[in-house]
Amino acid sequence: MRYLPHTEEEIASMLRVVGTEDLDGLFSPVPPDCKMGTALDLPDALTEWELGAFMNGLAATMATSPAYKIFMGGGSYEHYIPESVSYLLGRSEFSTAYTPYQPEISQGTLQAIYEYQTLTARLLGMEVANASMYDGASALAEALLMAIRITKRKRVALSPLIHPHYRAVVRTYLGPGGHELVELPSLENGRTDISGLAGMDDLAAVAIQSPNFFGCIENLKAAGEAIHEAGALFIASFTEPLAYGLFKNPGCQGADIVCGEGQSLGIPRSFGGPGLGMFTCRMKHVRNMPGRLVGKTADRDGRAGFVLTLATREQHIRREKANSNICTNNSLCALASAMYLASVGGTGIRDLASLNYDKTEYLKRGLRGVGCTVPFDSSTFNEFVVEFPKGFKDTYSRLLEKRIVAGIILGNWYPELPNHSLLCVTETTTKEDMDELIREVGS
Amino acid sequence: MKEPQGTSGLIFNEPLLWEKGKEGRIGFSMPRRDVVPSPVDEGLAGDGPDFPDLSEVDVVRHYTRLSQWNFGVDTGMYPLGSCTMKYNPKINERQAALPGFADAHPLLPAELSQGALELMWHLERYLAEITGMDAVTLQPAAGAHGELTGMLIVHAYHTGRGSRRSKILVPDTAHGTNPASAALCGFSSVAVRSDERGIIPPEAVAAVMDEDTAGIMITNPNTLGLFEENIREIADIVHAKGGLVYGDGANMNAVMGIVQMGKIGFDVMHLNLHKTFSTPHGGGGPGSGPVCVKDFLAPLLPVPRVVHSEEGYRLSEAFPESIGRLHAFHGNFGVLLKAFCYIMSMGGGGLKRASQLAVLNANYIKENLEETLYLPYKRPCMHECVFSDKLQETEKITTLDMAKRLMDYGFHPPTIYFPLVVHGAMMIEPTETESKEDIDRFIEAIRAIATEARDNPDLLREAPARPKVRRLDETAAARKPCLTG
Amino acid sequence: MKEIEELFLPDDVHYAESHEWARDEEETVVVGVNDYAQDQLGDIVFVELPEIGDTFEKGEEFGTLESVKAVSEIYMPVAGKIVATNEALSEEPELVNQEPYNSGWMIEIEPDDPDEINTLMTSSEYMEMLKGAE
Repeated sequence: MRYLPHTEEEIASMLRVVGTEDLDGLFSPVPPDCKMGTALDLPDALTEWELGAFMNGLAATMATSPAYKIFMGGGSYEHYIPESVSYLLGRSEFSTAYTPYQPEISQGTLQAIYEYQTLTARLLGMEVANASMYDGASALAEALLMAIRITKRKRVALSPLIHPHYRAVVRTYLGPGGHELVELPSLENGRTDISGLAGMDDLAAVAIQSPNFFGCIENLKAAGEAIHEAGALFIASFTEPLAYGLFKNPGCQGADIVCGEGQSLGIPRSFGGPGLGMFTCRMKHVRNMPGRLVGKTADRDGRAGFVLTLATREQHIRREKANSNICTNNSLCALASAMYLASVGGTGIRDLASLNYDKTEYLKRGLRGVGCTVPFDSSTFNEFVVEFPKGFKDTYSRLLEKRIVAGIILGNWYPELPNHSLLCVTETTTKEDMDELIREVGS
Repeated sequence: MKEPQGTSGLIFNEPLLWEKGKEGRIGFSMPRRDVVPSPVDEGLAGDGPDFPDLSEVDVVRHYTRLSQWNFGVDTGMYPLGSCTMKYNPKINERQAALPGFADAHPLLPAELSQGALELMWHLERYLAEITGMDAVTLQPAAGAHGELTGMLIVHAYHTGRGSRRSKILVPDTAHGTNPASAALCGFSSVAVRSDERGIIPPEAVAAVMDEDTAGIMITNPNTLGLFEENIREIADIVHAKGGLVYGDGANMNAVMGIVQMGKIGFDVMHLNLHKTFSTPHGGGGPGSGPVCVKDFLAPLLPVPRVVHSEEGYRLSEAFPESIGRLHAFHGNFGVLLKAFCYIMSMGGGGLKRASQLAVLNANYIKENLEETLYLPYKRPCMHECVFSDKLQETEKITTLDMAKRLMDYGFHPPTIYFPLVVHGAMMIEPTETESKEDIDRFIEAIRAIATEARDNPDLLREAPARPKVRRLDETAAARKPCLTG
Repeated sequence: MKEIEELFLPDDVHYAESHEWARDEEETVVVGVNDYAQDQLGDIVFVELPEIGDTFEKGEEFGTLESVKAVSEIYMPVAGKIVATNEALSEEPELVNQEPYNSGWMIEIEPDDPDEINTLMTSSEYMEMLKGAE
């Protein structure tokens, strides 16, 4: 087997050194009643060529573009990934390296993550970013736990327009601690109703997602003011960070913690993972922040270099008193996003975000033109809710037969939206694709 | 080998991204504009982030140069104890990049995603077979995430029986993620001491196990590289008082096809796919930490779960006792896929052989170095062995100094200062993918360094001399953190 | 790391088993960590101190000391209320290493019982304790 270099001769000579007769003898410390009685019941090993054929077979059953036109977002977005980024990520010095605990021979990872931290902080308008969390959902859960630690209060409020899966993950994380989760109401325009915050003075934090699950841009400035009036920390969450190439970032609108999903930035959707939990906060809270941090320093000859720092927050030092239990994070995905942002650039990201926005507006107008209702009239980015005319289920199924996936059905999560779908458009959607959808819906 | 492996190489200085580029450059092919611009609400519009503008060449050179400052498994031996830095097969990368998988949306209707769901279904069953457990979740995104999942399951199990237990037993050799994960569930950790043989004596567990203790978290083989020989008795003691046994499967690479974790008393355990199952470490992730449970805990597993009927595979949330969701979608599918490919490429016999050779390599190193470095536990080890710097104390040379000098010899240092029970610990895990000649070279390097420690200790104190940077000022980095540029 | 004989353990302060020192300033008690503590921990990078007005029992944790690779809890040598903290330590935590008994002081306490400080150890008693623990 090509991953096992030992020859029989080498094994024999090594066994002699160790003083054991055979490989089984190496396991004498294992009590017999712990051992397997039979061989592992797994399929026979495949050759590289058989594996390829098998995986091709599985892959062929999956619906992807261009065979299918998939207008789905909901926390996972189709964006073009430059070949240069995929190529650079394939450099095994990045992918086969471990966590940079030995900084002298990990400066590649360390500088790259320092750059990622910087670009992330700039994108979100915040002072410091960590080296990543698992995904936007766990990042939000950790942000709430961080706010609870800082304020020493036990209650948090969440917008109902945060991604339903994110709210579910938050409930799982906050459950054991007996923390109370309050759900805020929503407005008819598709935004969060923050008016009730005036009466709440015992909240650790209030979390709002923007663009929210319906694609609507929230009024973060007003939310920030109301939340701070109530003495709580303002957590802004997101699933589509490309929006900040066009819209005001949460940091400049008063957010204390900004966290979310970075998959849009150069990471393939891969059936939902790995993604990228982006996490930022104000410098004054940095010692309460979870996750790894890369800092700039100098070596003994005065050369600039980078190290993991403020490690006393983390589990390997603080153990049960650590800010979080996180160890392995999503470093390579963070690297991918930095490479992507470096490639798209400051000028490019504005143009790209505008293009995304304009295409989405085109589809909105087109669908309205054939009798669809767009129930929420707030500004949106890449996603919007639509109500199809004359019978939702039939329209959806008919489109599916034509290999068009007309968005994400909302009824299961939001029963008040039974005939509604969440449609997504990005720079990868062509005018022809949209015209076809409009035509089919209208017919 | 006549010359030491480490040299200086051709390494470039490379500035930070924002110190490069020129306004107007771009490294991205902007897609064609086929729609008219639409107005944006002025009150919401922003200025966009302050990013540099770089050409494709700028970006490619930047990251190519950065990569050359890194040591990876593909560069050389990476004997980090408890990390299992085995070779990462390239064919698995290619399969993960197949458009059918890479471009798949996680919320696709089931009938349009059968391939991915089938893969997950099979992987669950293979991991159950390998561990000897009954049911599996692939959702946790890393080992620590798996530990949290396991702790939540333990918590839910006791709450479901109307029992509010507040403590978890944690051995003194445990990885820091163990007590941290327990704390996230509101458990307080009670330490259990290993004995002079480096394993947990049953009496130590019996002394602290009571009806207020939810269970024990135990790593087997443990972080000293030793098999917890008393595990069945320990499990019985914990079970007798109604507690559960959580297994930290980080060291599974020692026992595949040899030990049946289901038999030794584990009720719930996690695996690290980026360790045992060859998925790349990525400089710190992404990983994947599936959790395997006995049947009686299966209803508590996170949702959604893959279910199978004549109509095929689909995801279901119809599990009312589930602890809930832990990930935005279904876990790190891209990582799961690579582990699946690895298992398919190795087969049952291959996995067992991998474990046998991993243990052979570690014992071979132990035999060869026990005169050179202090060996606290003079017994056969499993897939890793722990030494310390006790023999070098007279020269005031530490484990850290020896680790730094190893870099000059062309090796990544082993794990240092862990586990905490050995002062100045150096934990060496070669894995099965290291050849005898690479291991012999490693042994020679350690011997040479031990000699230098005696005859020329400054070489160690000044090490490393060869990489791009020398030892870095971590104190300054912590006192005056500079975390963004 | 220093040998026990090399440690600087002045006579004008009292010593706690957990390596804090306490100086009797009549109305108040000033507290810091001793030379052994700062030597063992290495370069201090961060000091976490309580708020003014907080009260603690004797032996209760009132703060933490961080080096690059370790965190150490610090405990009250006597019970009392915090009336002052050394704000200089937030900018210059290294003062704890450089002058543990002077500019590296940490908190000033209004003690519940002004005599409690006399239950602590003298410099020579503390040194004996360290030798015994070896």
